[in-house]
Amino acid sequence: MSEGQTTTEVILAAEGVSKSFGSVAVLFSVGFELRKGEVHALIGENGAGKSTLMKILSGLHQPTSGTVKFDGEKIDLPPFGQAEDLGIVLIHQELNLAEQLTVEENVFLGREMVNGLLLNRKEMEQKVQLYLDELGADISPRDRICDLSIAEKQMVEIVKAMSRDARVLIMDEPTAVLTDTETQLLFNQIEKLKNKGVAIIFSSHKLSEIKQIADRVTVMRDGQWIATKHTEELTLDAMAQLMVGRELSKLYPPKNEVDVDAEVVLEVKNLYTDYVKNISFQLRKGQILGFSGLVGSGRTAVFEAICGLAEIESGEVWLHGKKTRLHSVAQARDAGVAYLTKDRKEKGLLLNQKMQPNLTLLALPNFVKNFLMDDKAEQRATARGIRRFDIRARDPNITAGDMSGGNQQKLLLAKIMEINPEIVIIDEPTRGIDVGTKQQIYSFIAALAADGMSVVVISSEMPEIIGICHEVVVMYSGRIQGILQGAEINESEIVRYASGLREAS
Amino acid sequence: MAEIDLNEVDKKSKKGMLSKLDFKTLGPFIAMIVLFIFGYLINDAFINSGNLSNILTRSSFIGIIAVGATFVITAGGIDLSVGSMAAFISGIMILVMNELKTVMEPGLTIIFAGVAISVVLGIAAGFINGFLTTKGKIEAFIVTLGSMGIYRSLVTYSADGGTISLDREVRAIYRPVYYEDLFGIPIPVLVFVAVAIIGYILLNKTVFGRHCFAIGSNENVAKYSAVNVDITRIKTYILQGICVSIATIIYVPRLGSASAQTGTLWELEAIAAVIIGGTMLKGGYGRIWGTVMGALILTMIGNILNLTDLISNYLNGAVQGVIIVVAVYLQRGDWKKKK
Repeated sequence: MSEGQTTTEVILAAEGVSKSFGSVAVLFSVGFELRKGEVHALIGENGAGKSTLMKILSGLHQPTSGTVKFDGEKIDLPPFGQAEDLGIVLIHQELNLAEQLTVEENVFLGREMVNGLLLNRKEMEQKVQLYLDELGADISPRDRICDLSIAEKQMVEIVKAMSRDARVLIMDEPTAVLTDTETQLLFNQIEKLKNKGVAIIFSSHKLSEIKQIADRVTVMRDGQWIATKHTEELTLDAMAQLMVGRELSKLYPPKNEVDVDAEVVLEVKNLYTDYVKNISFQLRKGQILGFSGLVGSGRTAVFEAICGLAEIESGEVWLHGKKTRLHSVAQARDAGVAYLTKDRKEKGLLLNQKMQPNLTLLALPNFVKNFLMDDKAEQRATARGIRRFDIRARDPNITAGDMSGGNQQKLLLAKIMEINPEIVIIDEPTRGIDVGTKQQIYSFIAALAADGMSVVVISSEMPEIIGICHEVVVMYSGRIQGILQGAEINESEIVRYASGLREAS
Repeated sequence: MAEIDLNEVDKKSKKGMLSKLDFKTLGPFIAMIVLFIFGYLINDAFINSGNLSNILTRSSFIGIIAVGATFVITAGGIDLSVGSMAAFISGIMILVMNELKTVMEPGLTIIFAGVAISVVLGIAAGFINGFLTTKGKIEAFIVTLGSMGIYRSLVTYSADGGTISLDREVRAIYRPVYYEDLFGIPIPVLVFVAVAIIGYILLNKTVFGRHCFAIGSNENVAKYSAVNVDITRIKTYILQGICVSIATIIYVPRLGSASAQTGTLWELEAIAAVIIGGTMLKGGYGRIWGTVMGALILTMIGNILNLTDLISNYLNGAVQGVIIVVAVYLQRGDWKKKK
């Protein structure tokens, strides 16, 4: 890597920084150094304090104690993002763009260039175009944000940062929502910025990415600084171990063999929808069936159609040997089929409601006594769900939106299980979740299958597909490209099918 | 340094405690008591039973409509048409009863026919609003703004720009529904209480109510959780229509007439009552008892201004406006969270 360009000149540093919210301490005397022109990865489980540290380094939070140094001098960073004027730019996980404005308008929002009283559109557009060209981004300054993909929106954020002459760019999990190709594009851009001397802080749960892009890695755990090392000194396993602080050899539970004669609980024959073509596969009792492929390859679309969330054009769905067509989520529920969305915040949980109404929402008819809601039964179910899925909430009255990603995912699992399904489809079971919780979720999934439930796991994370699935369907561009079993389930094989290089014979 | 921080932490957690007993639940109730004491201090006549019963009776129209509006708003919708819907239903109801009088003896049959018409119209009007917002995919604000204009002008048209009056003999039979008491409580108040209790049970104790909360919180989540979003929404508008028709049924005997002026601005008063009561305008959270308090508060303000010379009665709207803004300010989630 471009180690040669990395100097040892420290541009931004935290010394003994602590932070508490109310009575809850989240950072304990953390030290951090960012050098000019380096990509510095920040890793740790959810709740380890990465985001808080990033916000302190960009002035969005003030440290409770400790100091921040910028260019070697102690500084109180101004709040509300004014640190951007100093060249410190934070790109949030949830991007911060005005959806209805154009790229150019967003980049210059709040510091528009003017000719007298009028906007100097031409010059602004030219400038934005210049930056876009520099990054190799294929969008126009006149595009509206709402028409762009997430990856493109991120580019706009980067352009915004460049236009502010950012010297420090802080990115909170920029790749969480990107496909592999988009991630590579982002990394090219990061590489370019780095070569210009920009210092970059970068957090991600995907350790292989960190290995690829970062010069140094700082590991945090439970609000404490654990280690800062050069990336080449660390293996992926070592990183993971530092994060969790325990052996991770058992990230995936042992696989139970599925009886080859087990009942076929779900069979799909020649399914066509707007997004997918000619989908056929079988799911057996007690099986964990993986659906792999690139984002947008149609995996979610298949199951949304099966569960009555989207139209089926043609094809057959057989449940327990009976031809069925589910027209709504309610019908799917009554047939014992549950779909757990990958979009926790938009489709999964009512963020402004507490745990209980969230947990019982799907299975609500089970909680009716004499036409009225049975509050006691709901409370029992909530207590049961919290126990069964180890949901850790400080306050039982917490709203779903205030829970960590891992706990939200567990709550979702608990919600789905309330209907006692026979077939569970879990879309991206561990997106944005820390390693420890991932491990728990894998063991939940394995336990469900061992109990005779059939599970479909749709995932973009290849290791987890390989780690937990008995059989893997690989999709490419709306079609099933291949179905892999046993030893065929390995990374290179999946990649070949997923990228369309290889087709099932 | 550390000490100062501790103090800050302490303050924050105390704030947290305060907000738990918070204005969201108790606010409307406290406001009502304050108004009550204020009214008494200004004029003794405020608490004589005649005046109190007057306040309750008058608040029942807006109150009943506002109970319906609580469902619509909780489910993330809005209905601007309730005022003109009430006028329209009153008008048609009176016309039908007058027409029946020409073919039969005035009696309870005519009244029941009028009531039946009112309920049918309420359900139909609610269904149309609901159908257009869901299946027609037009925003509720637009749909109900449109139907508001339509009903209003239909009343004006039916009344030929004037007033539709209920036949004198029929009115004599119908009159007690507004003016009589049962167990010493005015009938409109009893109806209001009944509507509120049923509303409370529907919203807080049934699947339908839970679905309203879910849809208002996030329509997509509701859809993915086996909630039939469209049907539930339509039901809220139908419920609103029924509430409007119940309010109309007890309103018609009061004046025995309907005109283009009937029910003007009721939609705003109903929405105001709902919001003062702590229901979130953007949906996801609703409280029937809050709405009842809201309706009472609005009527009390008018009544108190009537009883005092301190502030002109003409400023009624201004005082109500201030109360609404203050209520919403106090209920805003973020003044306690400081983010």
